[in-house]
Amino acid sequence: MNAHEPERTEMDRLKKLLQQALPPIEGEPEPSRDLWPAVLKRLDARPAATPWFDWALLAGLVGLAAFFPASIPVLLYYL
Amino acid sequence: MQNESSSVLNEFRQGDVDAFETLFRQHHRAVFGWILRIVRNPATADELMVETFWRIYRAHARFEPSRGFEGWARRIATHAALDWMRAGRAESEATAELCADPAAPATADPAVAAEIRRKTALAFRRLPPKLRITAVLAVIEEQPHKQVAEALGISVAAVKLRVFRALRLLRKDLEQQGITP
Repeated sequence: MNAHEPERTEMDRLKKLLQQALPPIEGEPEPSRDLWPAVLKRLDARPAATPWFDWALLAGLVGLAAFFPASIPVLLYYL
Repeated sequence: MQNESSSVLNEFRQGDVDAFETLFRQHHRAVFGWILRIVRNPATADELMVETFWRIYRAHARFEPSRGFEGWARRIATHAALDWMRAGRAESEATAELCADPAAPATADPAVAAEIRRKTALAFRRLPPKLRITAVLAVIEEQPHKQVAEALGISVAAVKLRVFRALRLLRKDLEQQGITP
């Protein structure tokens, strides 16, 4: 008798249990509606614009680094 | 026919939206079925279909027509579903539905109590997403290991290993709940 036989049987029982708990989906299911318009809409959607305060923060950091170069290591540490 | 379909594939690679629609119409059922088999919730599958085809279009320049569209689409769909699982939305959206899966009583062995099925479904939901997605495709849906491996971008041996690990974790979880499989 194969030494792995009990383990294999146990795994088979687990597989069966899993299929009973979550039955396989039969046939070829279809979407509830035509999804092409939703795909097109998603393609046309503009990427989210960067908020103005992100640009302000960036400008502030660049200014700080330009006027106080010693702050660069500190900024890098917190990045 | 072959020339026509390869010209569609080449046009899609160039970013042609009409060619993309043709491919969508040809493959949407197969891709939807694949996604639904993973997420097991039609509304979520609809949402992930849109996400998948959006990702497909975004990646059109990287598409290799010689390798075919459907396998590539399945791979992108699998990763979209995996991202959805990782975001933790699987637990909040699907648990209740899975526990009351209307298909279960009709196909299940009557000897298996509803409580055991419920606990098994919940234990399965607690598996790490990578193991869960592999097990749902390879064990529950019995998809060929080669196809699962291609969809996940791993080897067949890795699929078998993930299935083994998923079942071992599932057994451990069930044992902790007092269920001996």
